[in-house]
Amino acid sequence: MEQYALLIAATLNAGTVLAIAALGLLINEKSGIVNLGAEGMMLCAAIAGFATVVHTGNDWLGFAAGMGAGAVLAGLFALLVIWLNTNQYATGLALSLFGAGFSAFVGTRYVQEKLPERPHFAVPGLADIPFIGPALFKQHPMVYIAIAVTVGIIWFLYRTRAGLVLRSVGESPESAHALGYPVRRIRLLAVLFGGAMCGLAGAYLAVIYTPLWVEGMVAGKGWIALALTTFATWRPLRVLFGAYLFGGVTMMQFHLQSQGVDIPSQFLSMAPYVATIVVLALISRNPTWIRINMPASIGKPFYPGS
Amino acid sequence: MLKLEARPQASKFWGIASPLLALAITVIIGIGIFLLMGKDPVKGLTVFFWEPIKSAYALSELAVKATPLLLIALGLAVCYRANVWNIGAEGQFVVGAIAAGGVALLADKSTGPWIIPLVVLAGVLGGMLWAALVALLRDRFNASEILVSLMLVYVAELVLAYLVYGPWKDPNGYNFPQTKTFEKVTQIPRLMDGSRVNVGLLVALFGVAGMWIYMFRTYIGFQLQVGGLAPHAAKYAGFSSRRALWTALLVSGGMAGLAGAIEVAGPIGQLTPYVPAGYGFAAIIVAFVGRLHPVGIVFSAVLMSMFYIGGELAQSRLGLPKSLTGVFQGLLLFTLLACDTLIAYRIRRTVAAKAGGAK
Repeated sequence: MEQYALLIAATLNAGTVLAIAALGLLINEKSGIVNLGAEGMMLCAAIAGFATVVHTGNDWLGFAAGMGAGAVLAGLFALLVIWLNTNQYATGLALSLFGAGFSAFVGTRYVQEKLPERPHFAVPGLADIPFIGPALFKQHPMVYIAIAVTVGIIWFLYRTRAGLVLRSVGESPESAHALGYPVRRIRLLAVLFGGAMCGLAGAYLAVIYTPLWVEGMVAGKGWIALALTTFATWRPLRVLFGAYLFGGVTMMQFHLQSQGVDIPSQFLSMAPYVATIVVLALISRNPTWIRINMPASIGKPFYPGS
Repeated sequence: MLKLEARPQASKFWGIASPLLALAITVIIGIGIFLLMGKDPVKGLTVFFWEPIKSAYALSELAVKATPLLLIALGLAVCYRANVWNIGAEGQFVVGAIAAGGVALLADKSTGPWIIPLVVLAGVLGGMLWAALVALLRDRFNASEILVSLMLVYVAELVLAYLVYGPWKDPNGYNFPQTKTFEKVTQIPRLMDGSRVNVGLLVALFGVAGMWIYMFRTYIGFQLQVGGLAPHAAKYAGFSSRRALWTALLVSGGMAGLAGAIEVAGPIGQLTPYVPAGYGFAAIIVAFVGRLHPVGIVFSAVLMSMFYIGGELAQSRLGLPKSLTGVFQGLLLFTLLACDTLIAYRIRRTVAAKAGGAK
């Protein structure tokens, strides 16, 4: 029983990394811009967060550094894509390649570093409930923050005027522009938010989840987060549950290994990647279903007055 | 206030000048990085741009690294011209290497040189198989080829790891995760003594000519490009977008697999977890910097090869991390995309009096 409680806890923790990044990318994409640089932003944020914690010992400063790093890179991406009309796919890809190289370059001297032992978190009272306590209430606060952010995004997108404007920019930038909304500035904010959230996810990964720095440590989580927004047909709550599902797939391999299941570890490690491909194929199978849910202007440049 | 104004026609001048400007900006940022790290920028630039071309041996090493880049980028150029976003060439390269390695491991002392074509063919088929998975999922399930091809990179690397840690591990290899060294007979013939350049370079140059003919002198190559530039026009003309998708992915997968085969049966000579060296990703940059044109790709493959060698030398001589290569590669693509804006737009100063409305 105890081990299943721990498995659930680990699943939520792993899902949180994906959820934070994917929620940011969701807002990003709702504005009509897809940023394939998620992996690169997460990597740079991971080393920025990790290095900050090594030097200051403060986790929250590390998260802030990660968010800053993600937002700076996203700002560069936005400058190219929104103001210079570059191809979104190519520019995002450039960001991912640059991020992989840059994080490895900066991170070389941090490879051997270790972070100090941290206090364990527990929600007072609730954490003592048998099974449910260790499964749900002995988590890092970030796990609950991710849930709160999901609720916040749902409220923002579907209950506020600003959310409506953001969605309209993603559906039809021309109409939003004609109505007098500053399309490019709105898109910039959405991209910056996406970058900051990917940064937070990357920093959480390096500072709390792993916690150490290894070159390329994000290991495709940025790409999986990108796929998650499609799986979830751009709905925040589905993003959160999708992230937990993938967290579960990731954790299942460690569980099976500890149970002594006789499958080579490499095949178990493939699980998240293969699952991404399979789910992507199943969800995308119906093109109409994707088309009605996808922000209509996604991937297309918009240049006012052209 | 500066404003972009669409040109009536794409600028031919900037089509050529933009990669050069991007390189210049990358070099300037590079000088900044050297200064920040407390290194002499002249030494830094020498390591990247002079050392790799200063002797015959250096040039041959440059060609060794440029060969896989050139092969993969040629295939990717076909893909990107068809507007198919295959970014998983690294995975196709690895599967090509595995397939070629598998055949090479079958050779023994009595095997004749006839094995070499089989090794190469296995590599091509391996790469094609991996790309075919992407095509199938895109074609039948409408799944994004970007995400699928990228995910398959991780899967391919794990398959390689499984083989070299498991069934294919050299029993006499002191438990290192690697296969035994391939028999000498499987080695792709070298062009001359004293250098590691092999026939692969000729194959790659042959590929340049082949790709040029395919793209600019054949009807099917034309159809493929129309599909990429103007999908509606292609549909109206009755060009099959499905065929373009399959062709683009099979060609690029096959080329990446070929590069993988030439790499393992050439300079490496065995399978190890270090076979994936990032050529598949660097080749994306090569393809774009080379303007998706076979001749341009030759130049950009050489340039990217210089970055690789420069990075290694920067590590051994200047004590900088080798990953500096990746920084410069990423920067180059980034600046290139920014400079490419000048192809379709010109920069105009808007009159200050109008500034209120121009924002």
